[in-house]
Amino acid sequence: MAEDRIPRRSFLKSAGVAGTAVAGALTGTLTGPTEAQAQANAAAAPPAQEPLLTLTATEAAFLSAAYDTLIPADKLSPSGTDCGLVTYIDRQLAGAWGGGAKLYRSGPFIEGKPEQGYQLSLTPREFFAAGIKAANAWSRKTYGKDFDRLAATEREAALKTMEAGKAEFAETNGKQFFEMLLQSAMEGFFADPIYGGNRNKVSWRMLGYPGLPATYAGKALEYRGKKVAIEPQSIADFS
Amino acid sequence: MARTMKAVDAVMVGMGWTGSIMARELTKAGLTVVGLERGVEKSPREDFALPRIRDELKYRVRQDLMLDTSIETHTLRNTPSELALPMRKWDVPPVGDGLGGAGAHWNGVTWRFSPSEFVLRSHLTQRYGKNAIPDDMTIQDWGITYEDLEPHYEHFERLCGTSGKAGNLRGQIVAGGNPFEGPRQNEYPNKPLIMSQAGLIFSKAAESLGYHPFPTPASNSSAPYINSEGLPVGQCQYCGHCEYFGCEANAKASPLVCVLPVLMQDQKFELRTQAYVKELVYDKAAKKVRGVVYVDRRTGEEVEQPAELVVLCAYPFNNTLLLLTAGIGEPYDPMTGKGVVGKNYCHQTTSGLVMFVEDEMNPFIGTGASPAAIDDFQADNFDHGGLGFFGGGFISPALSGGRPIQVRAVPPGTPRWGSAWKEATVRWYKHHLPINCHGISYAHRTNYLDLDPTYKDAIGRPLIP
Repeated sequence: MAEDRIPRRSFLKSAGVAGTAVAGALTGTLTGPTEAQAQANAAAAPPAQEPLLTLTATEAAFLSAAYDTLIPADKLSPSGTDCGLVTYIDRQLAGAWGGGAKLYRSGPFIEGKPEQGYQLSLTPREFFAAGIKAANAWSRKTYGKDFDRLAATEREAALKTMEAGKAEFAETNGKQFFEMLLQSAMEGFFADPIYGGNRNKVSWRMLGYPGLPATYAGKALEYRGKKVAIEPQSIADFS
Repeated sequence: MARTMKAVDAVMVGMGWTGSIMARELTKAGLTVVGLERGVEKSPREDFALPRIRDELKYRVRQDLMLDTSIETHTLRNTPSELALPMRKWDVPPVGDGLGGAGAHWNGVTWRFSPSEFVLRSHLTQRYGKNAIPDDMTIQDWGITYEDLEPHYEHFERLCGTSGKAGNLRGQIVAGGNPFEGPRQNEYPNKPLIMSQAGLIFSKAAESLGYHPFPTPASNSSAPYINSEGLPVGQCQYCGHCEYFGCEANAKASPLVCVLPVLMQDQKFELRTQAYVKELVYDKAAKKVRGVVYVDRRTGEEVEQPAELVVLCAYPFNNTLLLLTAGIGEPYDPMTGKGVVGKNYCHQTTSGLVMFVEDEMNPFIGTGASPAAIDDFQADNFDHGGLGFFGGGFISPALSGGRPIQVRAVPPGTPRWGSAWKEATVRWYKHHLPINCHGISYAHRTNYLDLDPTYKDAIGRPLIP
């Protein structure tokens, strides 16, 4: 597959400079000529990779490869990266949430029962850094290469192993990392485009979710049980 | 040393529903009242405005209107012998924050307790015999009855503009309402909300099985309404962004909409936000609370507010903490069963299933309260003889919005990512129907709150396990 040969890391390193042109070309390659809808969405979208706030090139390459595996380009949507997911997670990790805002961080830190939830001292930013490092180390041990250098089928197998809790990460919990990774993919893909993912409202259009303004007092009866198609609108459309 | 303010007649600790309503009633009775609120002031017009209020990531996923756990959280243990650990981020239940408290971002589901639950121990003993209640089930009669509380339920519904259909008017069962409810003196102030497709499917199915569906009582106003304080309540927009969100339409009943606008005009009332109550000023000899000490979060200064009457209006965690740290009352001991402070803290149990249907569900059109419910399995509305448990819950369709980060069920066995996941998500997004049972959890010996020996909040008070 063409996808496997893309030099993701060097692409991402140069993204800040050559973003627009490279992204346009890549999108065409990845989605293929039959996917008119996906192409139309991507064409109207900002560059695939915007300048990064906090992620290192290695981290961005890992996340790009992971998001493209979790949300692959197909007839329903462009790939995770082309939907803006790396931009999304970069901004989230660089912001208040990534820095551990609204996270109780007093010790002692003791491993608890599942019902007791997250018990680490790591902020989300630190958690992603540790997780990516461990995932790449595991990938090198298992496949001989960093995760983003794996073939698509290997990446899929690797994520399935993490999901099943069978990837033995050093010092970190592979399953816990996978769950946070998947959660971030879903957040970025489905959140309002104001956060950098879900470019051009691609996932909302895919689902038929109309977004805003969501004032249906006059329509609740009329729409009840009917198939309705509403062009989605997001926060930016009202700002 | 704490700066001391001028004494007032009454001080409210927490300005959610309880604090707001109590402050209103006390000022009406001529008392001077100070309302202390740990969180920030909220204005629906500024803080809950379109378009930003429809932000699922901010309000639902990141829980923007909930208490900052880095300031205060609780610890959790499954059993008394397990080490309690802090909830470092909220799971269930998150605690609300800010002026209006949880009343600013609840769903508006407005039940009355069943008459039998006010006299639960007597009722179960009478129906099932002396030995029916297990030893470690610590339920009690409330000391007041449904009839005592009925006018106050109505007071609250008229404040909220609650939408619903009476099922029992002064003892007469009324078709279309909840036949299991206690007798009401009057109809709901607003007609039921428009029943969604989920509500129609559920109601038809329930009826065909011999159950008694009715519109869930909802403090999401079905029409513009002037409440019992003369304040305008807006019309519900079926926006699908209710619980965890503020309401731009002022249709979801909230202290910010239904009480505070009147209270803030009252010379006898003063609101202080970012006032974090640290402790009660307790005169042990006289057995009297003389006031409170709070931290003004804007300056860090400790302030003493003397008052004749101190009303604990926060969530039970904080109320219990203030009593325990002041040494008021006897702390509950789960081993001996002695003491009352912290005893019998319970939450709720939720269970459910998802149906996949061909109907057009349009999940994004929804109200906070579920459109319909049955009470056939609530409380002691069914025979518990030989079942091995007491209590029950209401069953209802649970589709209050189609916010896509969280609401997109797929059938069991579907992968959680990849193209097959995406395909199933698109296939079922508009065709799934969750049904939930919200159950009560009756108190047992080990349902209690005390003081955590290790973990502390931002102002040095112990957390509550």
